[in-house]
Amino acid sequence: MTDRLTMQSIAALVPERSRVLDLGCGDGAMLDYLQRERGCSGYGIEIADGNVLACVKRGVNVIQANLDEGLSMFDDASFDVVLQIDTLQHLRNTETMLVETARVGRIGVVAFPNFAHWPNRLSIARGRMPVTKRLPYQWYDTPNIRVGTFKDFEVLATKNNLAILDSYGLQEGREVRLLPNARAGTAVFKFERA
Amino acid sequence: MSLVAVSQSMEFAQPLALQSGASIRAYSLAYETYGTLNADRSNAVLICHALNASHHVAGVYAGQEDSEGWWDTMIGPGKPVDTERFFVIGVNNLGSCFGSTGPMHVNPDTGKVYGADFPVMTVEDWVDAQARLLDRLGIATLAGVMGGSLGGMQALSWTLQYPQRVRHAIVVASAPNLTAENIAFNEVARRAIVTDPDFHGGHFYQHGVIPKRGLRIARMIGHITYLSDDVMNEKFGRQLREGIDIRYTTQDVEFQIESYLRYQGDKFSEYFDANTYLLITRALDYFDPALRHNGNLAKALSVAQAKFLLVSFTTDWRFSPKRSRELVKALLDNRRDVSYAEIDAPHGHDAFLLEDARYMAVVRAYFDRIAQEALSADGPPLGAKAPSGGSAAGMPASAGAT
Repeated sequence: MTDRLTMQSIAALVPERSRVLDLGCGDGAMLDYLQRERGCSGYGIEIADGNVLACVKRGVNVIQANLDEGLSMFDDASFDVVLQIDTLQHLRNTETMLVETARVGRIGVVAFPNFAHWPNRLSIARGRMPVTKRLPYQWYDTPNIRVGTFKDFEVLATKNNLAILDSYGLQEGREVRLLPNARAGTAVFKFERA
Repeated sequence: MSLVAVSQSMEFAQPLALQSGASIRAYSLAYETYGTLNADRSNAVLICHALNASHHVAGVYAGQEDSEGWWDTMIGPGKPVDTERFFVIGVNNLGSCFGSTGPMHVNPDTGKVYGADFPVMTVEDWVDAQARLLDRLGIATLAGVMGGSLGGMQALSWTLQYPQRVRHAIVVASAPNLTAENIAFNEVARRAIVTDPDFHGGHFYQHGVIPKRGLRIARMIGHITYLSDDVMNEKFGRQLREGIDIRYTTQDVEFQIESYLRYQGDKFSEYFDANTYLLITRALDYFDPALRHNGNLAKALSVAQAKFLLVSFTTDWRFSPKRSRELVKALLDNRRDVSYAEIDAPHGHDAFLLEDARYMAVVRAYFDRIAQEALSADGPPLGAKAPSGGSAAGMPASAGAT
């Protein structure tokens, strides 16, 4: 249910009839939604066999590829929007991929778990890495190899000359615009090249 | 519940103009069909074969249990390409040696066997011939055209030569053209055949001999390139054929891999035609749709209207994933609908003929979508009723690669 609200909130950042590239598209639910509800078209990139299959089953275009090998397949500004929904935290070359996202897309939209959400801070203050619904893994088996915060992303975006067009937090599917760095489990940014 | 295949043949009196400027007249095409063409003729799927395969794609011939079609794992009732829903057509290409007109047949212009004088065929020529067959079968549009390797090249070429007639192209373990290394392997195979004293410049039929030595070596080198280092090691390793001691012989079979390659070569030389081998490897070499567009593949593919599924296999070094990615990029540049699966299979190029669960599942899902699309397009359900053609002679089954 909250997944649905989260998806709708992020989808609203994508202009209607956009050509979309979804990096780490999972089972293709977002692209499917954007195609049906917002008249978008596009492709997902996915590494996992099961997700590629799920996309084909849905009728979502999917390209099986490892994002850590870059986006050289895609020309500059060849998409209206490039999405990285819960993808950035899995990438080795996070910074390169952020720049690539802004290169290939006229607009970039990124969402990732905000490590500075207050329950995480509390857990750290107690001396333990957080294990929550949003970050359900133990420190030793987490696929989230990049842990960053809402504020961290602002700094990285500025460093790479990205202009933030909109940013907010998402918590239980609701938008958090007041103190999102503390109050939201998910950080959402919409940006373009400055 | 196995599918019974019936080999059929269609005669063509109208000459076919070839890319080389030559033409071929009074030819016949061997083909098979499986399943039922629906009332609005919208469920046809054409399967294109590769180097040493044929129109016998699926099923077995009546009374011949071991005669499975070369893609029987993929095509049949309840299989990924489900003949309960789709009307599947396999066709033997011109110049091949499994029933369609080829170099072993009589040239009507001279009254002599073609031999080396059989006209050079290209992928485009084959597609033109296939299109004529579909015309005669009353099929204007294909729900899908599918092929692996050289067959994938034909599927791709269909979308460029007849963009209006193809709704989906399924291109497996293929490439937009051959690399120099690939042409080099073909050339070694051809030299093996041509330099066999029994080849007689391609006119060996009248000498009553077959250049078997050349064919064996051609097959051996081909076979090596269809496998991966890993799978060869796993299958054969350094295993000796007899015992555990080296016998210090330079000419006898010592290692299992030698024995295997010799066996494959022998088998191949019994059923495959030497001139066909030359013709088909040449068609592979020549295929290059980007050539007419200064090497710009995106431009070459801009006429395609079909939706695409591309599949490659990580250990395939003859038609590597990189080549499939080039096709994906060219299709992306043209904003075509395309999905691409890169299957992490250990079997090299041969993987496209094997049953890998992930591969089978993706193809199955894609064909499910094709079927659903046809339903939602307001047509009658796929697999309703309709005809199918005559019948003709049988032919031996053959596994196929490249």
